[in-house]
Amino acid sequence: MHLDNKVSDGELATKWVNYRSTMNLVAPNNKRRIEVIVVGTGLAGASAAATLGELGYKVKCFSFHDSPRRAHSIAAQGGINAAKNYQNDGDSVYRLFYDTIKGGDYRSREANVHRLAEVSVDIIDQCVAQGVPFAREYGGLLANRSFGGVQVSRTFYAKGQTGQQLLIGAYQALSRQISKGAVTMYNRHEMLDVVKIDGKARGIIARNNKTGEIERFAGHCVVLATGGYGNVFYLSTNAMCSNVTAAWKAVKRGALMANPCYTQIHPTCIPVSGEYQSKLTLMSESLRNDGRVWVPNSVEDAEAIRERRKTALDIPEANRDYYLERRYPAFGNLVPRDVASRAAKIACDEGKGVAPTGLAVYLDFASAIERYGKGEAISRGIPNPSDSKITELGEAVVAQKYGNLFQMYEKITGENPYKMPMKIYPAVHYTMGGLWVDYNLETNVPGLFALGESNFSDHGANRLGASALMQGLADGYFVIPYTIGQFLSNEIRTAPIDPNQEAFDVAEKNVKGLLDKLIYIKGNQSVESFHRRLGKLVWDYCGMSRNAEGLEKGRKLIKELREEFYKDVFVPGDANEFNPELEKAVRVADFLELGEVMMVDALNRNESCGGHFREEYATEEGEAKRNDKDYAYVAAWSWSDDGNHVLHKEDLKFDNVELKTRSYK
Amino acid sequence: MKLKLKVWRQKNNQTKGSFEQHTVEATEHMSFLEMLDVLNEQLISEKKDPIAFEHDCREGICGTCSMVINGQPHGPQKGTTTCQLHMRQFKDGDTIVIEPYRVNAFPIMKDLVVDRSAYDRIIQAGGYISVNTGQAPDGNSIPIEKNTALKAFGAAACIGCGACAAACPNGSAMLFTSAKISHLSHLPQGQVEQTKRVRGMVAQMDKEGFGFCSNIGACEVECPKEISTENIALMNREYLKASLVSE
Ligand SMILES: Cc1cc2nc3c(=O)[nH]c(=O)nc-3n(C[C@H](O)[C@H](O)[C@H](O)COP(=O)(O)OP(=O)(O)OC[C@H]3O[C@@H](n4cnc5c(N)ncnc54)[C@H](O)[C@@H]3O)c2cc1C
Ligand code: SF4
Ligand code: FES
Repeated sequence: MHLDNKVSDGELATKWVNYRSTMNLVAPNNKRRIEVIVVGTGLAGASAAATLGELGYKVKCFSFHDSPRRAHSIAAQGGINAAKNYQNDGDSVYRLFYDTIKGGDYRSREANVHRLAEVSVDIIDQCVAQGVPFAREYGGLLANRSFGGVQVSRTFYAKGQTGQQLLIGAYQALSRQISKGAVTMYNRHEMLDVVKIDGKARGIIARNNKTGEIERFAGHCVVLATGGYGNVFYLSTNAMCSNVTAAWKAVKRGALMANPCYTQIHPTCIPVSGEYQSKLTLMSESLRNDGRVWVPNSVEDAEAIRERRKTALDIPEANRDYYLERRYPAFGNLVPRDVASRAAKIACDEGKGVAPTGLAVYLDFASAIERYGKGEAISRGIPNPSDSKITELGEAVVAQKYGNLFQMYEKITGENPYKMPMKIYPAVHYTMGGLWVDYNLETNVPGLFALGESNFSDHGANRLGASALMQGLADGYFVIPYTIGQFLSNEIRTAPIDPNQEAFDVAEKNVKGLLDKLIYIKGNQSVESFHRRLGKLVWDYCGMSRNAEGLEKGRKLIKELREEFYKDVFVPGDANEFNPELEKAVRVADFLELGEVMMVDALNRNESCGGHFREEYATEEGEAKRNDKDYAYVAAWSWSDDGNHVLHKEDLKFDNVELKTRSYK
Repeated sequence: MKLKLKVWRQKNNQTKGSFEQHTVEATEHMSFLEMLDVLNEQLISEKKDPIAFEHDCREGICGTCSMVINGQPHGPQKGTTTCQLHMRQFKDGDTIVIEPYRVNAFPIMKDLVVDRSAYDRIIQAGGYISVNTGQAPDGNSIPIEKNTALKAFGAAACIGCGACAAACPNGSAMLFTSAKISHLSHLPQGQVEQTKRVRGMVAQMDKEGFGFCSNIGACEVECPKEISTENIALMNREYLKASLVSE
């Protein structure tokens, strides 16, 4: 299959504007007759549904949550990037573009990334107008901070609750369209299939999770904004219900899964504490602005800490290894996530981990507290402040910046991070892979679009902090409202799609068949137990570092686990009632297939890039070794039941940046 | 630690519910929901129906988790959602009573799960600023004094969990509704529609069957985001103002 990315010719800097102004439009009177299905109400889905509603389309919007406001986007903490250059520190659209391409280890599409950087500035304006309470300076202007992998301050934030505030903004815009009747909202509806007619996406089958009923919905096109698949690892920072099902059903209907092996492991999460654990909690990356990462120099000290004979405070400065500052002097604690995560793994593999499990490093705020304390003392005119005064003043500054994160840490761990350095360890956080889409955000199935984390488009092999929120809102507010017209302008004569036709019958039967099958297995093991085992397999063989042998083995083990699942899973209750275990079973069934394709993809990519680190392909210093000659392509996979999944390639062309070895030294 | 649980079981909205007793083995590092996960795994292994409860982020931000623990929505720890509550708040041998929210406007769906869509409809009745995508001026064109922005933020921190209505003996939604009104009215861009907003949202609140407010203050005590009842006072003032303006 030839993958046409539909990127138009012309200069990078003017491509989007030119394309936008020459695109096919749908006239207002025609929009009223066109029905658009939007699945998902996270930042991408809510912004898309609201904007399409404003434009006059008839929108049906779906979420498996009980309210649009619950989408996983709500949990984003740190912030959202935009090339506003409000700080006058040399930022620009080009720099944001360049940082994103470089951060993604040269595995993303130039044109998409440039467009993202261009519209980033509009996002901030839109959100402010909606009433998003961003952090501000005393003068009343918007505040910024810096994030990993960049040297400018371009991140806008609302304390540690940026995702929440942005989502509430989009949710309010969506609520306004719902109140006007422009959008019909279907909560607690889980999409379980895409319906295709004459090759085009024309509807979905959804389960009303409240009643168990299977329902049909027809439209002129279908937009998926259903989030990422990080929960294939079972333990991740994603919300518990996040899943791949919508995207996976699309793959089953012919869409392609691009770069599934690119997953992001976030360096600063609270370490695992026990077997019963259900999810991991992120500590925002913004903490690395002020926190210093270290482990003891010696394995003996680390051991003493693990056995509780010593604490961090017993280790003198000289016996600490601030390994990020040492290895990467230019970026220090602010190196990109993949680099920071791997470095933590290496430290722990060397036996220097500081939690009883051996899997944790310190994130220490003592220097920041002292520095801020001294600064405050000077600005308040306190002569010769005592150490305790400095600490008090410094802690107050740190509390103002990160108070809620520190509180969260203490609630979960029972330790006070003002006094004792935080313990952190990398955890699965984000998936750069996703449905393959062209420049219009359309998959290879005509009329089927994918936005936000559910597509693969902008982050290459590694995403920079604060760029997912930007991408979700860019896709929903400023890209899809235009590009959807390229497809819909050819559909203005298409009558409303009738959901009482054969394609819908078949799809519905399919879905019912699957649900019944799961219920009737009546085996002996819980859905959760399979999910946990799957997660461990994917983490062990396709996690922070991978090798060919492990991937082969992992693939085989996943296949066996899948067979066991269909023989021995136990799903209580019935299909035709509210049944959270059944919902989970469907999701885990799809993860069991996705996991295999991740391994296949990782095995195919004989290089290391971004979040994909193949042990066989490393430099002598242990850094990732890319292979641009053979692997500068997007790997898009189709699924095949017999295990012969087919690879389709989209070659990546770099006309505007020079491919370099990423260096943060 | 060994705990005795008295959990509310109810098949659906048509049937009557009752308490069921269970014992569970927990550790102090577990979150409250992880403790319930352990119990559910136990029930599933005995081929019994697990306890239905809602949750998603488990980070105290999505507002999905909702239950009443020993008579308190979200349990005993101040400013903490159920999912952030850890078992170190309890001790070996404790009996814990777990119930769903009991609010007229939140019908019970199953066990501990209630339908809170009434809160969405209150927002739809005016809890937004009418600005279409693309109409916005530059973000820095409206400076907002830092403390004012922080006040707006404080009210906007509401997670829509419904604990305020569950805590209120009258089942009132005043804290939730006022938080949104206060968030938007602290911002210049939100003030334009204030009259219409407060009228619409208050009318919807009544229509949904939420109770009246008699200044008990239980909502603020139980609110996991510590939203202040000062917002209710602000809303009452705004409502009074709105009622003096002709439609
Ligand atoms: C803890 C954490 C912190 C983060 N912090 C940041 C940050 O500071 N900055 C940043 O840029 N990014 C951050 N991210 C990443 C970012 O939050 C996500 O990538 C982004 O919010 C995803 O948005 P989305 O709209 O694509 O999907 P989501 O928000 O995941 O929404 C998915 C939607 O799809 C619906 N859905 C899914 N499947 C179905 C189905 N089958 N049927 C019906 N509905 C369905 C869901 O109900 C939901 O409404 C963070 C992520 C995590 C986990
Ligand atoms: S005001 Fe507090 S208790 Fe009420 S919904 Fe908001 S966060 Fe929950
Ligand atoms: S599960 Fe999200 S707030 Fe508790």
